[in-house]
Amino acid sequence: MKHLPLLFSSFRRHRARTALTALSICVAFLVYGYLAAIRVAFTAGVSLAGADRLVVRHRVSLAQLLPISYRDRIRRIPGVADVAAETWFGGTYQDPKNIFPQMPVDPEALLRIYPEFLLPKEARERWLRTRIGAIVGRKTAQRFGWKPGDHITLTTPIWRKKDGTRAWEFEIVGVFDGATPGTDTTPMFFRYDYFEETRDVAEGWVGWYVVKVADPDRAALIAARIDEEFANSSSETKTETERAFLQSWASQIGDIGKIVTLVLTAVFVTILLVAGNTMAQSVRERTGEWGVLKAIGFTDRQVLGLVLGEALLLTLSGGLGGLALAWWLVARGDPTGGLLAVFYLPGRDLVQGVGWILLLAAASGLPPAWQAMRLRVAEALRRGA
Amino acid sequence: MASDPIVRLVGVSKRYHRGAETVRVLEDLDLEIDRGEFVALMGPSGSGKSTLLNLIGGLDRPSKGAAVVAGRRLDRLSDRELARWRARHIGFVFQMYNLLPALSAERNVELPLLLTGLDRAQRRRRVRTALAIVGLVHRRRHRPNELSGGEQQRVGVARAIVSDPDLLLCDEPTGDLDRKSGDEILALLEELNRRFGKTIVMVTHDPHASARAHRTVYLYKGQIVDRIPA
Repeated sequence: MKHLPLLFSSFRRHRARTALTALSICVAFLVYGYLAAIRVAFTAGVSLAGADRLVVRHRVSLAQLLPISYRDRIRRIPGVADVAAETWFGGTYQDPKNIFPQMPVDPEALLRIYPEFLLPKEARERWLRTRIGAIVGRKTAQRFGWKPGDHITLTTPIWRKKDGTRAWEFEIVGVFDGATPGTDTTPMFFRYDYFEETRDVAEGWVGWYVVKVADPDRAALIAARIDEEFANSSSETKTETERAFLQSWASQIGDIGKIVTLVLTAVFVTILLVAGNTMAQSVRERTGEWGVLKAIGFTDRQVLGLVLGEALLLTLSGGLGGLALAWWLVARGDPTGGLLAVFYLPGRDLVQGVGWILLLAAASGLPPAWQAMRLRVAEALRRGA
Repeated sequence: MASDPIVRLVGVSKRYHRGAETVRVLEDLDLEIDRGEFVALMGPSGSGKSTLLNLIGGLDRPSKGAAVVAGRRLDRLSDRELARWRARHIGFVFQMYNLLPALSAERNVELPLLLTGLDRAQRRRRVRTALAIVGLVHRRRHRPNELSGGEQQRVGVARAIVSDPDLLLCDEPTGDLDRKSGDEILALLEELNRRFGKTIVMVTHDPHASARAHRTVYLYKGQIVDRIPA
């Protein structure tokens, strides 16, 4: 502690340079934090997919529908614990740019299969009583300012109503939260019976089925059994784990995520190299001062500790500042205004960020610290004169 | 004057290697300095004055011979032991003051005390005392660039004496000062020697400065001589 003024004094020597170096480290870790949130946005669904859930879709493509009669046939297959039908509704709210997922579902089956959707009991009961009732995830509710009791209208280019219009009215009956920060709370779910009775096309057809299996270890076997059940029919199925299903979905935008990651990683590493070089330069400039300290009795190790301490203070001030800034920015919401299903900075990445800060301190501080430690006193005093 | 030598160099040589070339800086040199003495080291540039001062102060080791200072055989100490020994026994005063520019005068003076077990209050008292001796208590919060050359050198002297060392080693302490400031520093060194009994070894080119010392040792081509050849 008594050496702290000595450590801080070096920062006062070139205030502008110190501030700029700390700022560049701050920006690097701001980028790091933001990058972590973007990575999560692209992969969270995949990593949090239920191990006990299968998705059954048309063998040709997701755009092809499946008969609703498959629901009972799937339910009868041994090992299947529950099944729910879902269909992509494709509605937008007020503006075509306001896209978010909406699916007609069987409310009770959905809530049984997705225990990570936390819906208040009253909202659940109200949903069962309200034919045009819909529940919406917290993120989308906040995005549009919706609350229970609100009546909203979505327009969909896919589903025409029997009255010939495409404007669908819903009543928000509840807002659900996620059990974990990674739970996707952007979807809206509404009742399948309302959807079925109102649409004038493809009645009796649904987009896909979500199947809950009793024993996750037998998931692959049950998936094969489901596909066998519908083999040689007019609508053959492709059953895969929810993880594989989301992975193929995510891979459509995955390349963008990869490009963003690569670019930001390059920025991060470049900034770190610049910051490291600046710190090394700052230590080299003070060769004479290290000589003085050694002359008055500081040991080689103490000088090593001082230089490392200096590097640590600088990287900690910039790095922790950057992480805090990233956390604050990410907490304010995703940059797309709600298109990303999840957008948060995981605690694991924060801890990892602190690890990177320590590594940066070591990488940028060790070479000059080693150099300062090895300086011969007389030589250092001569060079510093 | 006490007869117990605080510095005893016996057959000391110092050589440097520059590639294949060997540079002989000091050659088979014997020297004794008693406690309480004020000794001036004089000689032309390259005669080995600063090297000799470095050997006495434990900043360097002899290539040959024995250097016994303040009771320790310096050539047998490790780097770590030598650093600790310097902290306890030696105070350095440099020609260019060598103050840390970002620290105030009192923080600069405090530096050697950071290596002791003294608490903050004790350190502050010692710093005050040292600054009072050099007459700069009122300028204690100023940074080096806010002080004149003479004041900076007085801070340098305060830093050298704050840990109450046995030996003050001064490398051309007035070399960068005008006559008036130089005289003040010399007067201060004299007082430290006379009033506080500090042993002082001072490298200088200036006969006016060496006249303040009890004795002048002349170095020429790495050897001690009676007088510098014309």
